[in-house]
Amino acid sequence: MDILKLKGSGQAQTTSEDKVAKPEISSLASVAADRSESKGDFVPRRPGAGLEAKGVHAWFGKHHVLANVSLNFPSGTVTALIGPSGCGKSTFLRTLNRMHEFIPGAGMAGEVLLDGTDIYKSGTDVTKIRLKVGMVFQKPNPFPSMTIGENVLSGIKLAQLKVSNKDDLLEECLQRAGLWNEVKDRLSAHGGSLSGGQQQRLCIARALAVKPEVLLMDEPCSALDPGSTLRIEETIRQLTESVIVVIVTHNMQQAARVSDFTGFFLSDGGPGQLVEVASTKEIFSRPKDERTEAYVTGRFG
Amino acid sequence: MTTQLQNDFSTMKPNRPWRPTPRKMAEDFLVIAIAAVLSPVIVQFTGLAGISGNVLTFFVLSLVGSIGISYSRQGRKAVGNAVATSLIYSSFALVMLPLASILYTVISRGYQSLRINTFTQDMSLTQPEAAFDQGGALHAILGTLILVAIASAISVPLGILTGLYLTEIKGRAENLIRFLVQAMSGVPSIVAGLFIYSVIIIGSGGHYSGFAGALALSILMLPTVARTAEEVLKLIPNDLREAGVALGATQWRTVVMVVVPAARSGIITAIILGVARVAGETAPLLLTILGNNTTHFNPFDAPMSALPLYTFNLFRTGLNTAISRAWTGALVLMFIVLVLFIFARLGSGKKK
Repeated sequence: MDILKLKGSGQAQTTSEDKVAKPEISSLASVAADRSESKGDFVPRRPGAGLEAKGVHAWFGKHHVLANVSLNFPSGTVTALIGPSGCGKSTFLRTLNRMHEFIPGAGMAGEVLLDGTDIYKSGTDVTKIRLKVGMVFQKPNPFPSMTIGENVLSGIKLAQLKVSNKDDLLEECLQRAGLWNEVKDRLSAHGGSLSGGQQQRLCIARALAVKPEVLLMDEPCSALDPGSTLRIEETIRQLTESVIVVIVTHNMQQAARVSDFTGFFLSDGGPGQLVEVASTKEIFSRPKDERTEAYVTGRFG
Repeated sequence: MTTQLQNDFSTMKPNRPWRPTPRKMAEDFLVIAIAAVLSPVIVQFTGLAGISGNVLTFFVLSLVGSIGISYSRQGRKAVGNAVATSLIYSSFALVMLPLASILYTVISRGYQSLRINTFTQDMSLTQPEAAFDQGGALHAILGTLILVAIASAISVPLGILTGLYLTEIKGRAENLIRFLVQAMSGVPSIVAGLFIYSVIIIGSGGHYSGFAGALALSILMLPTVARTAEEVLKLIPNDLREAGVALGATQWRTVVMVVVPAARSGIITAIILGVARVAGETAPLLLTILGNNTTHFNPFDAPMSALPLYTFNLFRTGLNTAISRAWTGALVLMFIVLVLFIFARLGSGKKK
C-alpha cells in the first residue's frame, strides 16, 4: 500500500495555483475554515513542545491492527482522525497516552514523543504521562459514587495533586467545558442525574481539571444530540489556547468544523494505516490520495 | 412563522391505558374464586384428600381457568404467557410457605419463654428447668456477637481483597485462586471445625476458646464474601476503571476511589451473605468453643457460648422448659441477624 506521509504543519500550506487547478470536490471544504493559513508558520510556545508519533504499530495478541503511523501534533492545534470503523484510529489514540496497554494482549512498536521524550521509554512514570495527556471517552463515564463537583475534582484526588483553591478550579473547568451555568446550583447532585450531553461535558471538565497538555477525544459526540455536539465543538475550539486536541470522529462535518489538521486512516484487511494527513481545508477540498477523496465525499466507507 | 409553545396543560390528567380494565380484573378474580370454591367440592367427591389435595386441585383449576380466559382474549399466543405467569406465582407461594411456617413456628414457640431476663442474665446460676423469669441467653448473645465480629474482621478484608485480585489484578494465580475459593465454599462446616480443632485446640493443649470458633467461622465466611465480592466487582463497567487511570491515577487509587465506591452496595451484600452464612453455624462451634453457661467477654482464654450452640445444648436436655428456652434462643438469633441486615442495608443506601 502506498502510504502518503506528510508532516502536519510543514505541508499544510497550499499554493494558489493548486486552488485554481482543482475545483473543490467536497461541499465540506467550505465548512472547513482555513485555519492552516494562520497556523502554517505556527511557532510553538516552547521549543520541542508538542506531541509526535513516530512509526507507531499496534497489536492485539497476534493481530496487527495498526502499522507505521507517524503524526505530528503541534501545540495550539486540533487534529481530527477520520476513517472507516476498524481502521485503528481509536487504537492509535490510545497509544498516545498509554491506555492501549490497558487491554490484555496489547502490544506496540514505535515512539511517541511528548515534549521530545518518548513516553514508552523504560522507567517512565505512566501516571505522569496520563496526567499530561488526558482523555475523553466515547461513552460519558462520570463516576457514579461522586457528585458533580467531586467528579470534576476527582483527578486532583486520584492523582494526589495539590490545588490552592478548589472552588476556583471547579468553576474554571466547568466554564471551559461549557457546563457551569447549567450545574452551578446543583454541584452536590450526582453526576448520573445529568443528561448525556451534560455528562460528556462533565467528563471534559474532569479531564481539564488536572491541566493536561494534550486532550485525546475518542468520538466524544457520537452519543449526543446536535445542540450538545455544537457546545462541545465550541469548547474544543476554545481549548486550543492551552491544549493540543486530538479527536477521533466519524462525523465529517465535525472534523471540518473543529480541526486544523485531518488524518485519514484506512485498513484494506491488513493493519490500519495513515493514508494522508494535511490541513483540514486541504483534505476536504483537494486530497492528494484518491481513497481520501472517495471517503470524504461519501463514495465509500 | 413561529408560534409560542403552549405551556399550560393544567387541565390534563395522567391516564394509564395499559392498566387492566375493571372487567378484566373481575374476570381474573372470578377464575381464582371459582377455583377456590370448586376445589373443596372436587376433593369431597374424589380420592383426593387433605390440604395438599386441596392445593393441588386449586392449582390445576386456576391454571386451566387462566389458560381458558387468556385463550378467549388473545388466542394461542397468550396461553404460553398465562401458563408461565401461573407457574411463577405458584412457585412463589410454594417458596413462601416454608419460610412463613418457619417464622411462625419460631416466633410462637420462642415467645413463650421470652422475658427481659433473656437479654440480661445467663445460665450460670439457673437450671434449665427453672421458671422462665430466671436465667437467660446473655452469654450466648454476647458470644454470637463476638464470634461474628471476629470472623468478619478476618474474612471481610480477606474476601474483598480476594475479589479485587480476581477482578482488578487478574494475576497469574487468578484461575487457581478462583478454583480454591469455589472448592472452599463446598467445605462442610464440621470439617472447618475439625480443622481448627486439630490445629489450634489440640495444638494448644485442649484450650477451647471463642477465637478458635471465630477462626472456624471465618473459614466458612471467606469464600462467600470473596465470590460475592468478585461477582459485584465484575459488574462495574470497565469505562470507570479506564476513566480513573486516564486521569493519572495509579491502579490502586482508582480501585479505592472509583471501583469500590461504585460497588459499595454490592460489597455490603457480600458481607451480609457472609454473616448470614456463619451466624447460625453450630457444628464447628461444638468442636471449638465447646459451650459455657457464664457470661464471658474474653474470646481467647476459655470456652464460650453462642446462640446456635445454646439452642442445641438446651434441646438435647429433653426437658420441656429447656426446649422452650431453646426456641427463644433461635428467635433471638433470627432477630439479631435481621437487625444486622437492616443496619447493613441502611448503610448501603445512597449517601446524601
